[in-house]
Amino acid sequence: MDMQNFKTREKAAMAEPKIIARDVNVYYGQNQALKSIELDIAANEVTALIGPSGCGKSTFLRCINRMNDVIENCRVEGRINLEGIDIYNSGLDPVLLRARVGMVFQKPNPFPKSIYDNIAYGPRLHGISSGKDELEATVESSLRRAGLWEEVKDRLDSPGTGLSGGQQQRLCIARAIAVNPEVILMDEPCSALDPIATAKIEELIDELRENFTIVIVTHSMQQAARVSQKTAFFHLGELVEVGETDKLFTSPEDQRTQGYITGRFG
Amino acid sequence: MQNSNDHIVRSFDKELRTIHEIIIRMGGMAENQLAEAVDALVQRDSAKAELVRAEDAKIDLLEEELEAAVVQLIALRQPVANDLRAVISALKISSDLERIGDYAKNIAKRSIAINQMPPQKSVTSIMRMSKLVQEIVKDTLDAFSHSDKDRAIDVWHRDEEVDEMYTSLFRELLTYMMEDPRNIGACTHMLFIAKNIERMGDHATNIAETIYYLSTGHKLEGKRPKGDRTPFQILSTEEDDDDNSEVEI
Repeated sequence: MDMQNFKTREKAAMAEPKIIARDVNVYYGQNQALKSIELDIAANEVTALIGPSGCGKSTFLRCINRMNDVIENCRVEGRINLEGIDIYNSGLDPVLLRARVGMVFQKPNPFPKSIYDNIAYGPRLHGISSGKDELEATVESSLRRAGLWEEVKDRLDSPGTGLSGGQQQRLCIARAIAVNPEVILMDEPCSALDPIATAKIEELIDELRENFTIVIVTHSMQQAARVSQKTAFFHLGELVEVGETDKLFTSPEDQRTQGYITGRFG
Repeated sequence: MQNSNDHIVRSFDKELRTIHEIIIRMGGMAENQLAEAVDALVQRDSAKAELVRAEDAKIDLLEEELEAAVVQLIALRQPVANDLRAVISALKISSDLERIGDYAKNIAKRSIAINQMPPQKSVTSIMRMSKLVQEIVKDTLDAFSHSDKDRAIDVWHRDEEVDEMYTSLFRELLTYMMEDPRNIGACTHMLFIAKNIERMGDHATNIAETIYYLSTGHKLEGKRPKGDRTPFQILSTEEDDDDNSEVEI
Protein backbone atom coordinates (compact mmCIF):
# COMPACT_ATOMS: atom_id res chain seq x y z
CA MET A 1 0.00 0.00 0.00
CA ASP A 2 1.45 3.36 -0.95
CA MET A 3 1.67 6.17 1.57
CA GLN A 4 -1.04 8.32 0.01
CA ASN A 5 -3.47 5.46 0.02
CA PHE A 6 -2.53 4.61 3.57
CA LYS A 7 -3.17 8.17 4.73
CA THR A 8 -6.55 8.32 3.02
CA ARG A 9 -7.52 5.09 4.68
CA GLU A 10 -6.26 6.20 8.03
CA LYS A 11 -8.24 9.41 7.72
CA ALA A 12 -11.32 7.45 6.78
CA ALA A 13 -10.86 5.11 9.71
CA MET A 14 -10.60 7.96 12.19
CA ALA A 15 -13.47 10.00 10.77
CA GLU A 16 -17.11 9.54 11.74
CA PRO A 17 -19.01 7.24 9.40
CA LYS A 18 -20.80 9.15 6.64
CA ILE A 19 -23.94 7.13 7.04
CA ILE A 20 -25.11 5.29 10.13
CA ALA A 21 -28.02 2.87 9.98
CA ARG A 22 -29.50 1.67 13.26
CA ASP A 23 -32.21 -0.93 13.76
CA VAL A 24 -33.61 -0.35 10.27
CA ASN A 25 -36.71 -2.44 9.57
CA VAL A 26 -38.55 -2.20 6.27
CA TYR A 27 -41.97 -3.69 5.53
CA TYR A 28 -43.80 -4.04 2.24
CA GLY A 29 -47.30 -4.47 3.61
CA GLN A 30 -47.11 -7.55 5.79
CA ASN A 31 -43.74 -8.66 4.47
CA GLN A 32 -40.66 -7.67 6.35
CA ALA A 33 -37.93 -6.96 3.80
CA LEU A 34 -35.20 -5.80 6.17
CA LYS A 35 -34.63 -6.94 9.72
CA SER A 36 -32.91 -4.69 12.17
CA ILE A 37 -30.06 -3.55 9.93
CA GLU A 38 -27.09 -1.93 11.67
CA LEU A 39 -24.48 -0.61 9.29
CA ASP A 40 -21.87 2.13 9.23
CA ILE A 41 -20.77 3.46 5.86
CA ALA A 42 -17.43 5.22 5.84
CA ALA A 43 -16.81 8.40 3.88
CA ASN A 44 -14.75 8.21 0.68
CA GLU A 45 -15.01 4.48 0.50
CA VAL A 46 -16.88 2.13 -1.76
CA THR A 47 -19.22 -0.13 0.16
CA ALA A 48 -20.59 -3.07 -1.80
CA LEU A 49 -23.88 -4.70 -0.87
CA ILE A 50 -24.11 -8.29 -2.03
CA GLY A 51 -26.55 -11.14 -1.57
CA PRO A 52 -28.99 -13.33 -3.47
CA SER A 53 -32.07 -11.84 -5.16
CA GLY A 54 -34.66 -10.69 -2.67
CA CYS A 55 -32.19 -10.45 0.19
CA GLY A 56 -32.97 -6.77 0.79
CA LYS A 57 -29.80 -5.15 -0.50
CA SER A 58 -31.58 -2.93 -3.03
CA THR A 59 -34.27 -2.12 -0.47
CA PHE A 60 -31.56 -0.96 1.89
CA LEU A 61 -29.88 1.08 -0.84
CA ARG A 62 -33.16 2.81 -1.62
CA CYS A 63 -33.66 3.65 2.05
CA ILE A 64 -30.54 5.79 1.97
CA ASN A 65 -32.13 8.44 -0.25
CA ARG A 66 -35.76 7.69 0.63
CA MET A 67 -36.61 6.20 -2.74
CA ASN A 68 -38.90 3.82 -0.87
CA ASP A 69 -41.17 6.72 0.05
CA VAL A 70 -42.87 6.50 -3.31
CA ILE A 71 -43.62 2.79 -2.96
CA GLU A 72 -47.08 2.16 -1.65
CA ASN A 73 -47.34 0.02 1.49
CA CYS A 74 -43.67 0.47 2.21
CA ARG A 75 -42.87 1.33 5.81
CA VAL A 76 -39.39 2.19 7.08
CA GLU A 77 -38.60 2.02 10.79
CA GLY A 78 -35.39 2.80 12.62
CA ARG A 79 -32.82 5.46 12.02
CA ILE A 80 -30.54 6.35 9.13
CA ASN A 81 -28.22 9.25 9.80
CA LEU A 82 -26.41 11.19 7.12
CA GLU A 83 -23.64 13.09 8.84
CA GLY A 84 -25.54 13.01 12.10
CA ILE A 85 -28.90 14.07 10.67
CA ASP A 86 -31.73 11.56 10.78
CA ILE A 87 -32.96 11.52 7.18
CA TYR A 88 -36.40 10.15 8.07
CA ASN A 89 -37.36 12.07 11.18
CA SER A 90 -35.80 15.49 10.99
CA GLY A 91 -38.15 17.16 8.53
CA LEU A 92 -35.48 16.97 5.83
CA ASP A 93 -36.92 17.57 2.36
CA PRO A 94 -36.49 14.32 0.38
CA VAL A 95 -35.75 16.32 -2.76
CA LEU A 96 -32.85 18.05 -1.05
CA LEU A 97 -31.74 14.74 0.42
CA ARG A 98 -31.60 13.25 -3.07
CA ALA A 99 -29.41 16.12 -4.21
CA ARG A 100 -26.97 15.09 -1.48
CA VAL A 101 -27.44 11.39 -2.10
CA GLY A 102 -27.51 10.71 -5.83
CA MET A 103 -28.45 7.49 -7.54
CA VAL A 104 -27.44 5.53 -10.61
CA PHE A 105 -29.71 2.73 -11.75
CA GLN A 106 -29.24 -0.68 -13.28
CA LYS A 107 -30.47 0.32 -16.71
CA PRO A 108 -29.02 3.57 -18.02
CA ASN A 109 -31.94 6.02 -18.00
CA PRO A 110 -30.88 9.28 -19.66
CA PHE A 111 -33.62 11.86 -20.12
CA PRO A 112 -34.92 12.13 -23.68
CA LYS A 113 -32.97 15.35 -24.00
CA SER A 114 -29.61 16.42 -25.32
CA ILE A 115 -26.44 15.31 -23.60
CA TYR A 116 -25.98 18.87 -22.37
CA ASP A 117 -29.47 19.11 -20.93
CA ASN A 118 -29.16 15.75 -19.22
CA ILE A 119 -26.35 17.16 -17.13
CA ALA A 120 -27.70 20.70 -16.82
CA TYR A 121 -31.10 19.53 -15.58
CA GLY A 122 -30.13 18.96 -11.96
CA PRO A 123 -28.06 22.14 -11.47
CA ARG A 124 -30.89 24.19 -13.01
CA LEU A 125 -33.49 22.52 -10.82
CA HIS A 126 -31.53 23.10 -7.66
CA GLY A 127 -30.38 26.55 -8.75
CA ILE A 128 -26.78 25.53 -8.30
CA SER A 129 -25.31 27.36 -11.29
CA SER A 130 -25.90 31.10 -11.43
CA GLY A 131 -25.23 31.78 -15.08
CA LYS A 132 -24.80 30.19 -18.48
CA ASP A 133 -21.02 30.14 -18.19
CA GLU A 134 -21.08 28.49 -14.82
CA LEU A 135 -23.60 25.94 -16.04
CA GLU A 136 -21.38 25.14 -19.01
CA ALA A 137 -18.44 24.71 -16.69
CA THR A 138 -20.46 22.35 -14.50
CA VAL A 139 -21.52 20.29 -17.51
CA GLU A 140 -17.95 20.01 -18.73
CA SER A 141 -16.46 19.12 -15.36
CA SER A 142 -19.19 16.55 -14.65
CA LEU A 143 -18.61 14.90 -18.01
CA ARG A 144 -14.87 14.99 -17.44
CA ARG A 145 -15.17 13.41 -14.02
CA ALA A 146 -17.37 10.71 -15.53
CA GLY A 147 -14.70 10.09 -18.17
CA LEU A 148 -17.12 10.93 -20.98
CA TRP A 149 -16.03 14.43 -22.04
CA GLU A 150 -13.61 13.45 -24.78
CA GLU A 151 -16.18 11.17 -26.36
CA VAL A 152 -19.07 13.65 -26.43
CA LYS A 153 -17.63 17.17 -26.40
CA ASP A 154 -18.39 17.68 -30.10
CA ARG A 155 -21.97 16.54 -29.90
CA LEU A 156 -23.39 17.94 -26.72
CA ASP A 157 -26.61 18.79 -28.55
CA SER A 158 -27.31 15.26 -29.73
CA PRO A 159 -29.74 13.16 -27.68
CA GLY A 160 -28.36 11.29 -24.66
CA THR A 161 -30.33 8.23 -25.71
CA GLY A 162 -28.20 7.95 -28.85
CA LEU A 163 -25.09 7.00 -26.90
CA SER A 164 -23.92 3.43 -26.38
CA GLY A 165 -25.00 1.60 -23.23
CA GLY A 166 -21.73 2.20 -21.42
CA GLN A 167 -21.68 5.85 -22.46
CA GLN A 168 -25.28 6.28 -21.33
CA GLN A 169 -24.38 4.88 -17.94
CA ARG A 170 -21.44 7.26 -17.63
CA LEU A 171 -23.82 10.05 -18.69
CA CYS A 172 -26.10 9.04 -15.82
CA ILE A 173 -23.14 9.11 -13.45
CA ALA A 174 -22.18 12.56 -14.79
CA ARG A 175 -25.78 13.66 -14.26
CA ALA A 176 -25.67 12.37 -10.69
CA ILE A 177 -22.44 14.18 -9.84
CA ALA A 178 -23.48 17.45 -11.54
CA VAL A 179 -25.43 18.51 -8.44
CA ASN A 180 -22.34 17.81 -6.35
CA PRO A 181 -23.74 15.12 -4.07
CA GLU A 182 -21.89 13.62 -1.11
CA VAL A 183 -23.05 10.09 -1.62
CA ILE A 184 -23.68 8.15 -4.82
CA LEU A 185 -25.85 5.05 -4.69
CA MET A 186 -25.46 2.58 -7.53
CA ASP A 187 -27.92 -0.22 -8.12
CA GLU A 188 -26.19 -2.82 -10.28
CA PRO A 189 -24.75 -0.12 -12.54
CA CYS A 190 -22.94 -2.54 -14.84
CA SER A 191 -25.35 -5.42 -15.21
CA ALA A 192 -26.51 -4.20 -18.62
CA LEU A 193 -23.01 -3.43 -19.89
CA ASP A 194 -20.32 -5.38 -21.73
CA PRO A 195 -16.98 -6.15 -20.01
CA ILE A 196 -15.13 -3.15 -21.49
CA ALA A 197 -17.84 -0.67 -20.52
CA THR A 198 -17.96 -2.39 -17.12
CA ALA A 199 -14.21 -1.95 -16.66
CA LYS A 200 -14.54 1.77 -17.49
CA ILE A 201 -17.31 2.22 -14.93
CA GLU A 202 -15.28 0.33 -12.33
CA GLU A 203 -12.27 2.52 -13.00
CA LEU A 204 -14.54 5.55 -12.69
CA ILE A 205 -15.95 4.32 -9.37
CA ASP A 206 -12.43 4.03 -8.04
CA GLU A 207 -11.64 7.62 -9.08
CA LEU A 208 -14.90 8.98 -7.75
CA ARG A 209 -14.40 7.67 -4.27
CA GLU A 210 -11.82 10.35 -3.67
CA ASN A 211 -14.64 12.91 -3.62
CA PHE A 212 -17.73 10.86 -2.94
CA THR A 213 -18.97 8.11 -0.69
CA ILE A 214 -20.22 5.27 -2.84
CA VAL A 215 -22.62 2.46 -2.03
CA ILE A 216 -23.03 -0.11 -4.76
CA VAL A 217 -25.37 -3.06 -5.09
CA THR A 218 -23.97 -5.71 -7.36
CA HIS A 219 -24.74 -9.27 -8.31
CA SER A 220 -21.21 -9.80 -9.46
CA MET A 221 -19.09 -10.83 -6.52
CA GLN A 222 -15.97 -10.33 -8.57
CA GLN A 223 -17.09 -6.75 -9.11
CA ALA A 224 -17.66 -6.24 -5.39
CA ALA A 225 -14.20 -7.65 -4.79
CA ARG A 226 -12.66 -5.39 -7.41
CA VAL A 227 -14.24 -2.04 -6.61
CA SER A 228 -15.10 -1.96 -2.93
CA GLN A 229 -13.21 -1.46 0.31
CA LYS A 230 -16.06 -2.78 2.47
CA THR A 231 -18.51 -5.49 1.62
CA ALA A 232 -21.82 -6.21 3.32
CA PHE A 233 -23.57 -9.52 2.78
CA PHE A 234 -27.37 -9.59 3.05
CA HIS A 235 -29.45 -12.73 3.28
CA LEU A 236 -33.21 -13.05 3.82
CA GLY A 237 -33.48 -9.46 4.98
CA GLU A 238 -30.65 -9.72 7.47
CA LEU A 239 -27.23 -8.17 7.34
CA VAL A 240 -25.19 -11.32 7.87
CA GLU A 241 -21.69 -9.96 7.73
CA VAL A 242 -19.87 -6.74 6.93
CA GLY A 243 -16.16 -6.18 6.80
CA GLU A 244 -13.07 -5.30 4.81
CA THR A 245 -13.56 -6.64 1.31
CA ASP A 246 -10.23 -8.48 1.18
CA LYS A 247 -10.98 -10.17 4.50
CA LEU A 248 -14.52 -11.11 3.52
CA PHE A 249 -13.39 -12.75 0.30
CA THR A 250 -10.53 -14.70 1.83
CA SER A 251 -11.83 -15.69 5.24
CA PRO A 252 -15.46 -14.77 5.90
CA GLU A 253 -16.69 -15.28 9.46
CA ASP A 254 -20.15 -16.56 8.72
CA GLN A 255 -20.93 -19.89 7.06
CA ARG A 256 -23.75 -18.27 5.06
CA THR A 257 -21.37 -15.69 3.63
CA GLN A 258 -18.93 -18.41 2.70
CA GLY A 259 -21.68 -20.51 1.12
CA TYR A 260 -22.87 -17.59 -0.97
CA ILE A 261 -19.58 -16.17 -2.20
CA THR A 262 -18.19 -19.58 -3.09
CA GLY A 263 -21.30 -20.46 -5.07
CA ARG A 264 -22.72 -23.12 -2.77
CA PHE A 265 -26.16 -21.56 -2.50
CA GLY A 266 -28.00 -18.58 -3.81
CA MET B 1 -30.23 -22.15 2.08
CA GLN B 2 -28.98 -25.59 1.15
CA ASN B 3 -27.26 -27.50 3.90
CA SER B 4 -25.01 -29.28 1.54
CA ASN B 5 -21.38 -28.29 1.16
CA ASP B 6 -21.51 -28.81 -2.56
CA HIS B 7 -21.25 -26.10 -5.14
CA ILE B 8 -24.17 -25.32 -7.39
CA VAL B 9 -21.81 -26.02 -10.28
CA ARG B 10 -20.86 -29.62 -9.62
CA SER B 11 -17.82 -29.76 -11.87
CA PHE B 12 -16.23 -27.20 -9.52
CA ASP B 13 -16.47 -29.75 -6.69
CA LYS B 14 -14.98 -32.40 -8.92
CA GLU B 15 -11.97 -30.21 -9.68
CA LEU B 16 -11.44 -29.40 -6.02
CA ARG B 17 -11.67 -33.10 -5.19
CA THR B 18 -9.08 -33.92 -7.83
CA ILE B 19 -6.67 -31.42 -6.26
CA HIS B 20 -7.33 -32.85 -2.81
CA GLU B 21 -6.71 -36.38 -4.04
CA ILE B 22 -3.41 -35.48 -5.70
CA ILE B 23 -2.16 -34.09 -2.38
CA ILE B 24 -3.21 -37.26 -0.55
CA ARG B 25 -1.41 -39.37 -3.14
CA MET B 26 1.73 -37.24 -3.04
CA GLY B 27 1.70 -37.40 0.75
CA GLY B 28 1.37 -41.17 0.79
CA MET B 29 4.23 -41.48 -1.67
CA ALA B 30 6.50 -39.08 0.20
CA GLU B 31 5.87 -40.91 3.45
CA ASN B 32 6.60 -44.22 1.79
CA GLN B 33 9.75 -42.91 0.13
CA LEU B 34 11.17 -41.94 3.52
CA ALA B 35 10.39 -45.38 4.96
CA GLU B 36 11.93 -47.15 1.98
CA ALA B 37 15.04 -44.96 1.90
CA VAL B 38 15.80 -45.56 5.58
CA ASP B 39 15.00 -49.25 5.13
CA ALA B 40 17.54 -49.40 2.30
CA LEU B 41 20.09 -47.88 4.69
CA VAL B 42 19.28 -50.24 7.57
CA GLN B 43 19.15 -53.35 5.37
CA ARG B 44 22.19 -52.16 3.40
CA ASP B 45 20.10 -52.81 0.30
CA SER B 46 21.45 -50.74 -2.59
CA ALA B 47 18.93 -52.13 -5.07
CA LYS B 48 16.13 -50.82 -2.93
CA ALA B 49 17.90 -47.45 -2.68
CA GLU B 50 18.04 -47.28 -6.48
CA LEU B 51 14.32 -47.93 -6.57
CA VAL B 52 13.70 -45.00 -4.20
CA ARG B 53 15.78 -42.75 -6.42
CA ALA B 54 13.72 -43.70 -9.46
CA GLU B 55 10.38 -43.35 -7.65
CA ASP B 56 11.02 -39.70 -6.83
CA ALA B 57 10.24 -38.70 -10.41
CA LYS B 58 6.65 -39.80 -9.83
CA ILE B 59 6.21 -37.32 -6.98
CA ASP B 60 7.63 -34.57 -9.16
CA LEU B 61 5.15 -35.46 -11.89
CA LEU B 62 2.27 -35.29 -9.44
CA GLU B 63 3.41 -31.86 -8.34
CA GLU B 64 3.34 -30.68 -11.93
CA GLU B 65 -0.09 -32.19 -12.40
CA LEU B 66 -1.33 -30.40 -9.31
CA GLU B 67 0.13 -27.07 -10.37
CA ALA B 68 -1.63 -27.31 -13.71
CA ALA B 69 -4.93 -28.17 -12.01
CA VAL B 70 -4.61 -25.24 -9.60
CA VAL B 71 -3.72 -22.74 -12.33
CA GLN B 72 -6.64 -23.91 -14.40
CA LEU B 73 -9.06 -23.73 -11.49
CA ILE B 74 -7.97 -20.20 -10.55
CA ALA B 75 -8.28 -19.05 -14.17
CA LEU B 76 -11.66 -20.59 -14.82
CA ARG B 77 -13.44 -20.47 -11.45
CA GLN B 78 -11.95 -17.48 -9.63
CA PRO B 79 -12.25 -19.22 -6.25
CA VAL B 80 -12.83 -17.19 -3.10
CA ALA B 81 -12.94 -17.79 0.66
CA ASN B 82 -12.43 -21.45 1.67
CA ASP B 83 -12.13 -22.51 -1.99
CA LEU B 84 -9.35 -20.00 -2.55
CA ARG B 85 -7.62 -21.14 0.62
CA ALA B 86 -7.95 -24.75 -0.51
CA VAL B 87 -6.20 -24.22 -3.83
CA ILE B 88 -3.50 -21.92 -2.48
CA SER B 89 -2.86 -24.37 0.36
CA ALA B 90 -2.69 -27.29 -2.07
CA LEU B 91 -0.04 -25.45 -4.05
CA LYS B 92 2.04 -24.80 -0.95
CA ILE B 93 1.60 -28.28 0.51
CA SER B 94 2.55 -29.93 -2.77
CA SER B 95 5.83 -28.06 -2.85
CA ASP B 96 6.56 -29.14 0.74
CA LEU B 97 5.77 -32.75 -0.14
CA GLU B 98 7.92 -32.56 -3.23
CA ARG B 99 10.81 -31.39 -1.04
CA ILE B 100 10.21 -34.26 1.38
CA GLY B 101 10.48 -36.56 -1.64
CA ASP B 102 13.76 -34.95 -2.66
CA TYR B 103 15.22 -35.51 0.80
CA ALA B 104 14.21 -39.19 0.67
CA LYS B 105 15.93 -39.49 -2.69
CA ASN B 106 19.06 -37.92 -1.22
CA ILE B 107 18.98 -40.38 1.69
CA ALA B 108 18.77 -43.22 -0.81
CA LYS B 109 21.76 -41.88 -2.74
CA ARG B 110 23.84 -41.57 0.42
CA SER B 111 22.85 -45.02 1.65
CA ILE B 112 24.29 -46.48 -1.57
CA ALA B 113 27.59 -44.80 -0.69
CA ILE B 114 27.40 -45.91 2.96
CA ASN B 115 26.76 -49.49 1.87
CA GLN B 116 30.30 -49.55 0.49
CA MET B 117 31.64 -48.83 4.00
CA PRO B 118 31.56 -50.82 7.26
CA PRO B 119 28.22 -50.90 9.12
CA GLN B 120 27.47 -47.81 11.21
CA LYS B 121 26.30 -47.82 14.83
CA SER B 122 24.33 -44.62 14.35
CA VAL B 123 21.88 -46.40 12.03
CA THR B 124 19.66 -47.23 15.02
CA SER B 125 19.30 -43.56 15.95
CA ILE B 126 18.55 -42.65 12.32
CA MET B 127 15.89 -45.35 12.31
CA ARG B 128 14.28 -43.94 15.45
CA MET B 129 14.30 -40.43 14.07
CA SER B 130 12.87 -41.55 10.77
CA LYS B 131 10.05 -43.46 12.56
CA LEU B 132 9.10 -40.27 14.36
CA VAL B 133 9.13 -38.15 11.20
CA GLN B 134 7.12 -40.79 9.33
CA GLU B 135 4.51 -40.62 12.07
CA ILE B 136 4.48 -36.85 11.90
CA VAL B 137 4.11 -36.85 8.12
CA LYS B 138 1.32 -39.39 8.40
CA ASP B 139 -0.51 -37.37 11.07
CA THR B 140 -0.06 -34.23 8.99
CA LEU B 141 -1.72 -35.95 6.06
CA ASP B 142 -4.55 -37.14 8.29
CA ALA B 143 -4.98 -33.58 9.53
CA PHE B 144 -5.09 -32.46 5.90
CA SER B 145 -7.64 -34.99 4.76
CA HIS B 146 -9.96 -34.05 7.64
CA SER B 147 -9.08 -30.32 7.66
CA ASP B 148 -8.41 -30.92 11.35
CA LYS B 149 -6.77 -27.85 12.85
CA ASP B 150 -6.27 -29.41 16.30
CA ARG B 151 -4.30 -32.28 14.88
CA ALA B 152 -2.32 -29.78 12.80
CA ILE B 153 -1.40 -27.87 15.97
CA ASP B 154 -0.38 -31.13 17.62
CA VAL B 155 1.91 -32.01 14.71
CA TRP B 156 3.31 -28.51 14.74
CA HIS B 157 4.47 -28.95 18.32
CA ARG B 158 6.02 -32.35 17.72
CA ASP B 159 8.69 -30.97 15.42
CA GLU B 160 10.57 -29.97 18.56
CA GLU B 161 11.07 -33.68 19.35
CA VAL B 162 12.62 -34.21 15.93
CA ASP B 163 14.96 -31.29 16.43
CA GLU B 164 16.05 -32.63 19.79
CA MET B 165 16.72 -36.05 18.31
CA TYR B 166 18.77 -34.43 15.60
CA THR B 167 20.83 -32.48 18.14
CA SER B 168 21.61 -35.65 20.04
CA LEU B 169 22.45 -37.54 16.86
CA PHE B 170 24.76 -34.73 15.85
CA ARG B 171 26.64 -35.22 19.13
CA GLU B 172 26.68 -38.99 18.74
CA LEU B 173 28.21 -38.69 15.28
CA LEU B 174 30.79 -36.18 16.49
CA THR B 175 31.86 -38.69 19.12
CA TYR B 176 32.33 -41.45 16.54
CA MET B 177 34.33 -39.16 14.31
CA MET B 178 36.58 -38.13 17.17
CA GLU B 179 37.04 -41.74 18.25
CA ASP B 180 38.37 -42.78 14.87
CA PRO B 181 38.98 -40.47 11.89
CA ARG B 182 38.29 -43.40 9.54
CA ASN B 183 34.61 -42.97 10.51
CA ILE B 184 34.49 -39.45 9.19
CA GLY B 185 33.41 -40.35 5.64
CA ALA B 186 30.48 -42.52 6.67
CA CYS B 187 29.56 -40.32 9.61
CA THR B 188 29.38 -37.26 7.38
CA HIS B 189 26.92 -39.09 5.16
CA MET B 190 24.96 -40.11 8.26
CA LEU B 191 24.93 -36.52 9.44
CA PHE B 192 23.49 -35.36 6.12
CA ILE B 193 20.90 -38.10 6.31
CA ALA B 194 19.92 -36.98 9.79
CA LYS B 195 19.75 -33.39 8.57
CA ASN B 196 17.54 -34.48 5.67
CA ILE B 197 15.14 -36.18 8.06
CA GLU B 198 15.15 -33.14 10.30
CA ARG B 199 14.31 -30.93 7.28
CA MET B 200 11.44 -33.26 6.42
CA GLY B 201 10.07 -32.55 9.87
CA ASP B 202 10.30 -28.84 9.12
CA HIS B 203 8.34 -29.28 5.92
CA ALA B 204 5.71 -31.25 7.83
CA THR B 205 5.56 -28.28 10.21
CA ASN B 206 5.03 -25.97 7.23
CA ILE B 207 2.22 -28.19 6.06
CA ALA B 208 0.67 -28.12 9.53
CA GLU B 209 0.71 -24.31 9.42
CA THR B 210 -0.90 -24.35 6.01
CA ILE B 211 -3.62 -26.74 7.22
CA TYR B 212 -4.35 -24.41 10.11
CA TYR B 213 -4.73 -21.50 7.69
CA LEU B 214 -6.80 -23.62 5.35
CA SER B 215 -9.32 -24.57 7.99
CA THR B 216 -9.48 -21.33 9.99
CA GLY B 217 -8.51 -18.54 7.60
CA HIS B 218 -5.98 -17.30 10.15
CA LYS B 219 -2.27 -17.73 10.52
CA LEU B 220 -1.03 -20.02 13.27
CA GLU B 221 0.24 -17.58 15.87
CA GLY B 222 3.10 -18.15 18.28
CA LYS B 223 6.75 -18.94 18.16
CA ARG B 224 7.66 -21.90 16.07
CA PRO B 225 8.96 -24.74 18.22
CA LYS B 226 12.68 -25.12 17.81
CA GLY B 227 14.80 -27.81 19.39
CA ASP B 228 17.74 -27.87 17.01
CA ARG B 229 20.67 -26.40 18.90
CA THR B 230 23.38 -27.54 16.50
CA PRO B 231 23.88 -24.16 14.83
CA PHE B 232 25.19 -22.96 18.19
CA GLN B 233 27.48 -25.91 18.80
CA ILE B 234 31.24 -25.59 18.63
CA LEU B 235 33.67 -28.43 18.21
CA SER B 236 35.97 -29.37 21.02
CA THR B 237 38.35 -32.26 21.44
CA GLU B 238 38.26 -32.00 25.23
CA GLU B 239 37.30 -35.28 26.91
CA ASP B 240 34.94 -33.58 29.36
CA ASP B 241 33.12 -31.79 26.60
CA ASP B 242 29.53 -31.24 27.76
CA ASP B 243 26.63 -28.83 27.48
CA ASN B 244 28.94 -25.89 28.04
CA SER B 245 30.07 -26.24 24.48
CA GLU B 246 27.09 -24.23 23.36
CA VAL B 247 27.69 -20.61 22.57
CA GLU B 248 24.98 -18.08 22.05
CA ILE B 249 25.34 -15.87 19.04
